[in-house]
Amino acid sequence: MDTLFQNLLNALQWGSFYSLIALGYTLVYGVLRLINFAHGDIVMVGAYIAFFIASALLGVYGGIPALPGWVVLALTIPITMVLTSVVGVTLERIAYRPLRRKGANRLYVVITALMAGLILENGNLLLLGASRKKFPELIDKVVYQFGPVSVTNLKIGVILTSILSFVILHMIITRTKAGMAMRAISYDKFAVPLMGIPIDQIIVFTFILGSSMAGLAGILFALSYPILDPYMGISIGWKAFIAAVVGGIGDIRGAFAGGFILGITEIMVVAFFPSSYRDLISFTILLLILTVKPTGLFGMPKTTKI
Amino acid sequence: MSDRNTTPLLEVKDLEVKYGNITALHGISFTVNQGEIVTLIGANGAGKTTTLHTITRLPPPEAPRLTGGDILFDGKSIVKTEPHDVVRKLHCALAPEGRHIFGNLTVMENLTLATYSREKGADLEKDYNEVFDLFPRLAERRHQRSESLSGGEQQMLAVGRALMSGCKFLMLDEPSMGLAPLLMYDMFRALKQLNQEGITILLVEQNAKLALDFAHRGYLLETGEIILSGNAAELMEDPDIHKAYLGH
Repeated sequence: MDTLFQNLLNALQWGSFYSLIALGYTLVYGVLRLINFAHGDIVMVGAYIAFFIASALLGVYGGIPALPGWVVLALTIPITMVLTSVVGVTLERIAYRPLRRKGANRLYVVITALMAGLILENGNLLLLGASRKKFPELIDKVVYQFGPVSVTNLKIGVILTSILSFVILHMIITRTKAGMAMRAISYDKFAVPLMGIPIDQIIVFTFILGSSMAGLAGILFALSYPILDPYMGISIGWKAFIAAVVGGIGDIRGAFAGGFILGITEIMVVAFFPSSYRDLISFTILLLILTVKPTGLFGMPKTTKI
Repeated sequence: MSDRNTTPLLEVKDLEVKYGNITALHGISFTVNQGEIVTLIGANGAGKTTTLHTITRLPPPEAPRLTGGDILFDGKSIVKTEPHDVVRKLHCALAPEGRHIFGNLTVMENLTLATYSREKGADLEKDYNEVFDLFPRLAERRHQRSESLSGGEQQMLAVGRALMSGCKFLMLDEPSMGLAPLLMYDMFRALKQLNQEGITILLVEQNAKLALDFAHRGYLLETGEIILSGNAAELMEDPDIHKAYLGH
């Protein structure tokens, strides 16, 4: 029972990473019907941006006196989210928008996304070299003991941050006009400009939301597993994509739930089987879920998206 | 009818458009004056919807490529205007064929979304009330997902949405399609009322009798060309129209 709770906490932490990333996949898919396969690499870019911002604020590059760790963290999070959004929006501008203008088939846009991901990975390799980076420790680790179950402040922070982000995102999607426009596009793209809504503005807004979530996931991941390398986004990105599909891609509740389902499945598999079977067994389970409900848990055939 | 204004609001001049290599409109010209109701009638595939989509400036593939001629709105060419600016700056709205309401949003959300680019300080409350006065059914169902509305109610929502966008010029594409006769007359009564309140209307209809009963003037479109035009009453008496479109 105690190990179960202990495992559940780990599962929630990983579920948080997957959920935050899956939200980005699902938002872009809902609006553009595009699976943005570069999204995992945007997470990697976010982690690197966080690394450089945090290092600069810690005075590693000189110029400023070292700030205390918690101040650095409090500044790094928003700055990284903003800069990662800039990367996401830039990608949209230079890679996806020209194709959309020319009315390219969706397949070409997806291939472009895959290539954009490879460019981000290899561009990073070219610029920063193959050596890994060690993310600085910004907050002192505190371990809370609840009977036999122990949990770190970081783990609690990660889980709460992802829940809070989801709540905020959900409010934006359901309450604001831009959010309504996002849902409207996912239902009927044709009629959106007829409402006087500039579609490109909504698409940019979508990429800002999705990429800032990726940036946030990048920081949280780097804080938890502080070794950065250019390929760190691939595996977690693919898994988050699968989480989004299992939840029902296009629906943010689905992405959020899917992320946690994947996190819990993985950790529970490891709790009972050798850890090398983790991906095999957990993806078999997800495959079964999709066989029973091909539209994903929250997806309804041809109705709600986002 | 002499009290009607003859200042042209919309002037379409020698408009030629193509889908790929296929010419859909062979240089058509028509005008809609301030305060008028003008109808474009014609059979399936004549180019009526194409004409409306071209005026909204929707990008391909939704609308065809404009290869010749000009569209003037208030005397200025709108050929290079972005589709959202046609709504936002020119106050020109389209209730499209097949309604295209956002079924995953509630009735109220559909109406709210149409106010997306209204200027600040616009009296939205007054406009919502006007729409609900015109279509009380929408008020009853304002919190319902619009997918669950009947066809007639969806058409009301499509028109209500166009009004919420602050339009002064309203284009309607087959508003009678799929409506029960009673609802159809209700709809046209509402449109007549809007016109009397100062909204200029361009109506596309296959139901020629209904359209001519209701409009001031009309144009008959056949395979991308305007072959007849005149006052609605005259067109109604025209033997060709009678034979081809009124059917008795």
